[in-house]
Amino acid sequence: MLQRGSRAGGFLLAWKRGIDGVLAHYWPILVFIVIAAVIGAGMIGGALIAAPRAPYPEKLSAYECGFEAFEDARRRFDVRYYLVSILFIIFDLEVAFLFPWAVSLSSIGQLGFWSMVVFLGVLTVGFIYEWRKGALEWQ
Amino acid sequence: MIADIFFYIFSVVLLLSAAIVVSARNPVHSVLFLILAFFNAAALFLIAGAEFLAFVLLIVYVGAVAVLFMFVVMMLDVNFAELRSGFQRYLPVGATVGAILLAELLGLEAGWQIAPEASTLRLSPAPSGVQNTVALGQLIYTDYIFLFQAAGIILLVAMIGAIVLTLRDRKTMRYQDIRVQNTRRPADTLALVRMGLGSGVKPESYYRPHIPEPAGFVEEPHGHGPAGPGGH
Repeated sequence: MLQRGSRAGGFLLAWKRGIDGVLAHYWPILVFIVIAAVIGAGMIGGALIAAPRAPYPEKLSAYECGFEAFEDARRRFDVRYYLVSILFIIFDLEVAFLFPWAVSLSSIGQLGFWSMVVFLGVLTVGFIYEWRKGALEWQ
Repeated sequence: MIADIFFYIFSVVLLLSAAIVVSARNPVHSVLFLILAFFNAAALFLIAGAEFLAFVLLIVYVGAVAVLFMFVVMMLDVNFAELRSGFQRYLPVGATVGAILLAELLGLEAGWQIAPEASTLRLSPAPSGVQNTVALGQLIYTDYIFLFQAAGIILLVAMIGAIVLTLRDRKTMRYQDIRVQNTRRPADTLALVRMGLGSGVKPESYYRPHIPEPAGFVEEPHGHGPAGPGGH
């Protein structure tokens, strides 16, 4: 990433040493966030500072054969998008519950295992229900 | 030290974006700033050592709930400018309610007693030598089994409720029915006509067998089909 010998690299590494424990694993993400912020701010700020701007009404009007907007571009969405989204959230949460279960399976014993099986069974009932009702089909 | 600096950076961005969520004119912008607030809250979780919660926040809230909010905002199509027009008029009532709530919160804060072991527990979100996700897994499925199963039931109720409330049988759509397709015979739909030499065919004389529409089919009142967001 950065050369160890350079002055900036030494500075960053010194900063990295200030972060301890678990957070040290997220150091690259932090570096990426800073790079992304700098690039984004640089592009927008550079355009604001350096780009020539001379707006006048003709220039800002719709181009040639284009026409002014008749109405608001926003339209009401169909309620079926909402249904798809909420069904997705439910199975998203189900999978989120599977992660800690999977990594701690060796230490939670029979009770933990069957607890998750019952949980999955309850949600499978719902899954069969929505399949039979046709909620998964885009009618 | 470094973590402290970034704690304050993320907190400031979180509070600013939360303020924009409630004050933005365009509700779509509100949802976008809500996503920014979620990201910063995830970063705060990471700094606190709760890795699993941070990524669940990203996966569930940014990945799913924010999309749901966006759909709800688009579905309701509320005219927020109109809604905001009574702002001046309702300001005294709203300010009174807010002041009462603030006073109650301050009273709660004054009477709050922190458990003596809380300050040490707060510093170690994961027990020693165990990763955060493993520590959660050791608690959720055994110690908190009833809450876990209740969460499953609540998810089931949410699923069935969403289907019951929003799924309606649309009569304007032709479904694919495999049984009907397979039981269709050529004789029902196809007719061979023997033509005399040079007699030609008048267009009106085409034989077009009548194919019955599916049961309950209703012609769409206006031209375009029901697919797509244009359901107005």
